Amino acid sequence: MDFSVLIGGAAGQGLETSAHILEHILKRCGYNVFTYRDYMSRVRGGHNFTQIRFSDRELNSFTNKVDIVLALNEETVLLHKERLKEEGIIICDEDISNGDRTLSFPFRKIIGKIKNPKVINTIGLGVILKYFGIPLDIGEGVFGKLFKGKAYEDNKLALREGYNLIEEKYHLELREDKKIIINGNSALSLGAVAAGCRFYCGYPMTPSTSILSYLSSKSHEMGIMVEQVEDEVAALNMALGASYAGVRAMTGSSGGGFALMVEALSFAGIVEIPVVIVNAQRPGPATGLSTRTEQGDLRFVIHAGHGEFPRMVMALRSPEDAFYQTARAFNLADRYQIPVIILTDLYLDDYTKTIEPFDFGRIKIERHILEEKDIKEYKRYEITESGISPRLIPGKVAGQVVLADSHELDEYGHITEDTHIRTEMALKRMRKLDLLKDDLQEPWLIGVEEPENLVVCWGSTYGAVKEALDRLIEEGHSIGALVFGDIYPLPKKKIMELGRTAKRIIDIEQNMTGQLDSIIREETPYKSDIKILKFDGRPFSGEEVYIKLKNEVLK
Amino acid sequence: MDYSVLIGGAAGQGMDTCAILLEKTLKRCGFSVYASSDYMSRVRGGHNFFYIRFSDRKLYSFSPRVDLIFAMNKETVDIHRSKLKENGFILTQETIEDIVTKLGNPKVINTVGLGFILKYFGLPMDIAAEVIKEEFKEGIIEINLRALEEGYKQSKNRYSLTTFKDESILINGNQAVGVGAIAAGCRFYCGYPMTPSTGVLNYLAAHSNEFGIAVDQVEDEVAALNMALGAAYAGVRAMTGSSGGGFALMVEALSLAGMIEVPVVLINVQRPGPATGFPTRTEQADLRFMIHAGHGEFPRMVIALRNVEDAFYQTVRAFNIAEKYQIPVLLMSDQHLADSVVTVKPFDFTKVKVERYISGEEEVVDEEYKRYRFTEDGISPRILPGKIPGQVVLVDSDEHDEWGHITESDEIRTKMVDKRLKKYEYLKEDIQEPWFIGKDKPENLIICWGSTYGAVREAVDRLIEEGYSIGALIFGDIWPLPTKRLLDFGKMAKRIIDVEQNATGQLESLIREVALMKPTDRILKYDGRPFSGEEVYKRIREVL
Amino acid sequence: MKYEYKLYEPSWCPGCGNYMIRTALKMALEELEIEPHEVVLVSGIGQAAKMQHYIKVNGFNGLHGRAIPPAIGIRLANKNLKVIVESGDGGSYGEGGNHFIHAIRRNIDIAHFVHDNQIYGLTKGQASPTTAMGQKTTLQFDGVKVEPIKPLALALTMGAGFVARGFSGDIPHLVSLMKAAIEYKGYALVDILQPCVVWNRVNTFAWYKNRVYHLPEDYDYTNKEEAMKKALEFDDKIPIGILYKEEKESYEDRFDFIKNGPPLVDRQLNPMDAERLMEEFR
Repeated sequence: MDFSVLIGGAAGQGLETSAHILEHILKRCGYNVFTYRDYMSRVRGGHNFTQIRFSDRELNSFTNKVDIVLALNEETVLLHKERLKEEGIIICDEDISNGDRTLSFPFRKIIGKIKNPKVINTIGLGVILKYFGIPLDIGEGVFGKLFKGKAYEDNKLALREGYNLIEEKYHLELREDKKIIINGNSALSLGAVAAGCRFYCGYPMTPSTSILSYLSSKSHEMGIMVEQVEDEVAALNMALGASYAGVRAMTGSSGGGFALMVEALSFAGIVEIPVVIVNAQRPGPATGLSTRTEQGDLRFVIHAGHGEFPRMVMALRSPEDAFYQTARAFNLADRYQIPVIILTDLYLDDYTKTIEPFDFGRIKIERHILEEKDIKEYKRYEITESGISPRLIPGKVAGQVVLADSHELDEYGHITEDTHIRTEMALKRMRKLDLLKDDLQEPWLIGVEEPENLVVCWGSTYGAVKEALDRLIEEGHSIGALVFGDIYPLPKKKIMELGRTAKRIIDIEQNMTGQLDSIIREETPYKSDIKILKFDGRPFSGEEVYIKLKNEVLK
Repeated sequence: MDYSVLIGGAAGQGMDTCAILLEKTLKRCGFSVYASSDYMSRVRGGHNFFYIRFSDRKLYSFSPRVDLIFAMNKETVDIHRSKLKENGFILTQETIEDIVTKLGNPKVINTVGLGFILKYFGLPMDIAAEVIKEEFKEGIIEINLRALEEGYKQSKNRYSLTTFKDESILINGNQAVGVGAIAAGCRFYCGYPMTPSTGVLNYLAAHSNEFGIAVDQVEDEVAALNMALGAAYAGVRAMTGSSGGGFALMVEALSLAGMIEVPVVLINVQRPGPATGFPTRTEQADLRFMIHAGHGEFPRMVIALRNVEDAFYQTVRAFNIAEKYQIPVLLMSDQHLADSVVTVKPFDFTKVKVERYISGEEEVVDEEYKRYRFTEDGISPRILPGKIPGQVVLVDSDEHDEWGHITESDEIRTKMVDKRLKKYEYLKEDIQEPWFIGKDKPENLIICWGSTYGAVREAVDRLIEEGYSIGALIFGDIWPLPTKRLLDFGKMAKRIIDVEQNATGQLESLIREVALMKPTDRILKYDGRPFSGEEVYKRIREVL
Repeated sequence: MKYEYKLYEPSWCPGCGNYMIRTALKMALEELEIEPHEVVLVSGIGQAAKMQHYIKVNGFNGLHGRAIPPAIGIRLANKNLKVIVESGDGGSYGEGGNHFIHAIRRNIDIAHFVHDNQIYGLTKGQASPTTAMGQKTTLQFDGVKVEPIKPLALALTMGAGFVARGFSGDIPHLVSLMKAAIEYKGYALVDILQPCVVWNRVNTFAWYKNRVYHLPEDYDYTNKEEAMKKALEFDDKIPIGILYKEEKESYEDRFDFIKNGPPLVDRQLNPMDAERLMEEFR
């Protein structure tokens, strides 16, 4: 089984709530759910839609074809009719459409009976539940968790009304619900909380805002200071202040906000204060497409900041990855005293997916902070073999002060203009990058072991590539993919191995210039033979990648 | 002949006055002059010094081996004694103390020293006297002329140099950029004071009334590029500048420039980072940053300035390219180039062409102007707001349609990205290959960029004299990277040596990426001090 | 002296007001019995901003104009640290102008000492946000053409609870202002007039000396209207002292989880504490 429901309408019509409820009902039924959201940059009007896909198999992507379109307005019918599968249908109010393949119902009239216009979408949900033969009580249970009192009663009523409108088309088997359903930003935020992040600040900017709001909602309970700053220039500087004072600190934004943090990123490099920075990418340049997705900032975050200093860049590949890698980012930042930049994108931030509950027991907190007993004469920037200097928290040891400085500095943290010290300090900082290479994780290899066709990709394209490869391998193709998570410094072992044996390398990215490919050219003897690039602001679906690989590579 | 003088002391002791007088005098004596300064980030105290080298041959670099040290304090002697050539001479403050006391003004130590130095080299005093008359204010000319004379008398004569006809100008890199901008018709410059870029701001401010250039000291660098974009949108040639840290604050607006396709010229006068780093020193570590700065993907051009002449001509060209392609053009200089004062042939203003590519009514098709019209080459006709009745000019940082209105269409988005990046293809036709110096078909090929030109040039000249098969490619246009010469020479070379003033070999990484070529050796320096020809020579010898 | 560094000599010019301000700050810390490790001096870039290299306390010498954001981060992370921001007029009111405004809105517990010499010193003499209209500088060679910022009036308008002005030439008075500002629970601004002996030939030591006067004994610093008048008085006479003071809840205290319990930095980190958050995703 593999079904997809699309709910579409204008901003403000409540489709987000309906989608949220439906995906939770389907999750309760024990299915794997994958919900993809497509919304415009406006508060009211326009056209938004959400696609909820569910299956008994693991899902890694949305599909372009749907079984049901729940149309909250006429535009939805027009825009999405083409997407219906052969047996697919449109469900809507009788005033919206009565065309072929449309099941229209008197939703508005029923609402007149219930006397609560807010529950109109719920009638449609009732229809959908019945269509798939999902027990009514599961639906009611989910409403019960979200609504109380009259709102609950009205929704229950509307659900029943809808349920009674049609006959079952399917009678899906229920399964055990053991998973959680979560999006990338919530998973990332949970990773931060698990890692003991105590300070987060940011300025609202789609698609990073949900990290700010999630952490803010847990601020009191978990003792995390969450600060909405006056601008992004303040954001990273403030996070650095908090981290200097000893707490784990993070900030986040999208590309445009990150652009304003670039000066402070360079500062983080010289001052060697650990910090985690999230860039939730959206299409640029400038404001670009505020509510859409892209992977256009890779080279930018690798090279952002004046001067040379070590940093680490990791891209998140899935909600699970978002959780574990974010927690890992804090450990790496603390260990190497460097900025760790996490790249995500609107697609990964927003899609929700059922996954195994996170294993918090796997999270280890490693802070690498100097103990008082080890101090004789404290040098914050002591030149060491590893390049890592002992880190003391200010205010903790009487008689010891901690200096941080944006100038070139001596071992104590004082301004220097000495050529010898400068060279030693530059080398010390860059030595950390060599050491960091031991901590790098090689990209995930999916598909066949020694593929003739080697796909390279990174971050959130993982899901679509995974789905496409699963299909192609079933069809007998020799294809595999390296999905980069750690991306700077570039882990090279696997690509060096597989690059040798592959007949062709295919670069799949959501940008126009093939940024990962340029890094591979720079760092290895390989380059891609074919590029599959997309930069229209919409994510790759598994199907799209499958078709492109089929038509352009495996033809 | 090839001589070098070092003048050293504490900040505030007036070495810069002495250096300027000596540079100008030497210039008027018809010599080639290369003066480089080494100063600390403070207003008083510390230790600062100047190298002033002069010769009858063209000079490309300073020399750390000096013939005379003018030490204004004892520290200078201690620090620099080892730089003295055999038979070199140290003029200490004590030597001329008596004269200064006699003259009754401690500040004249500079002109006493000047007189002393001139006589030492057997140079005439009258030229210096003229310079003094021009440089000093009315009331203090007399005493300085006397000081010059006294110093001259006190000195012993060591050399008898012949003078030549003076046919050059004396200028530093920041000034050359300023002159270039004025020649190109720049009408707006803004910036926030930041060493070593402040010289450009100062130069243009000083000429703002004369040439009608609005020069604005902004509240911060975030404002700077946004303000320049406003001026350029309204139709004037606009420029802003800073050093790496200030440029870091312009990164968001750089992406804006890419999106709205408003032409702008920006200069990053590099200093060593990260962060505040070394405010008054030199480095070339922002190359990769400049190429990739800004979120999203958009076309830009990066030009590294190689010497003072290049600074002038490339600044002019930057404005033309910015307007031709409606892109940001990023100039890269550094503290060494910015502050080094050199003699060059006067700039040829007849070579300066101002090409604006601004459209008029003929581009308004069907009475409807589309700021972002889809065209063959990706360049949309640009009209200026307020110029054509009935037509408005709409620019937007959001993805937009041909009219400049916000769109969320996936189709238009793809076409707009294509349109913007298509400009790269055409831009490539305008790209200049790197300069080549040295032996034809060299076995040893140096690659370098920007201000290292001078030191590399001197080193290559020496090595060729010694019989080495060596040449160098010096990149000016660096993004998009021109690859023709690189591939041609690279194929023939046995050894490719990357010479850069940074710790990671940024040009090298770019060559690996774009040309799929890997240099064999690296000569890197990142202590904040510039390469001298001597140092590059020695380090190449080590490699060979 | 426990705040002394032996090795590091100031890179300030002889006669610079920074020396006096440093002396005053040391005395204030001494008299308040604050140990070096209990205080953090946060600054941006500029000559004033090098203070933590010449006075031995914890130091955070950050980016130009960006002293306030890290100061806020430090306070929120460890409420036991005394946080003092020390920077010039350029960094505080120009490059960092936005942070200045928002720090006041927050009323976070930091003392902000602005070395106000009405000029840019380290970059060699350009106008600062407080340079007078018409004054000639190395850059504004024919005179400044923008109005100077009025920092104290601006602070009052934004609702600052502690607004004061001092003079580097009156150390005992400055010490008393600094002590009051450090002890004030909230954002405390002390604009300190100081000469720049090299670049500002207008606002010299004598210029300030001849104009500053102490607010009278009976001055009522709880009267905002009066404070506003004094804040705008900057011509023949310039009042120094605490212009305005009002007890307000500090930013940190508005968060129960910060107010109650140990500083965030001292709290134990245990990943398992967060496991329960998964419930809402089930």
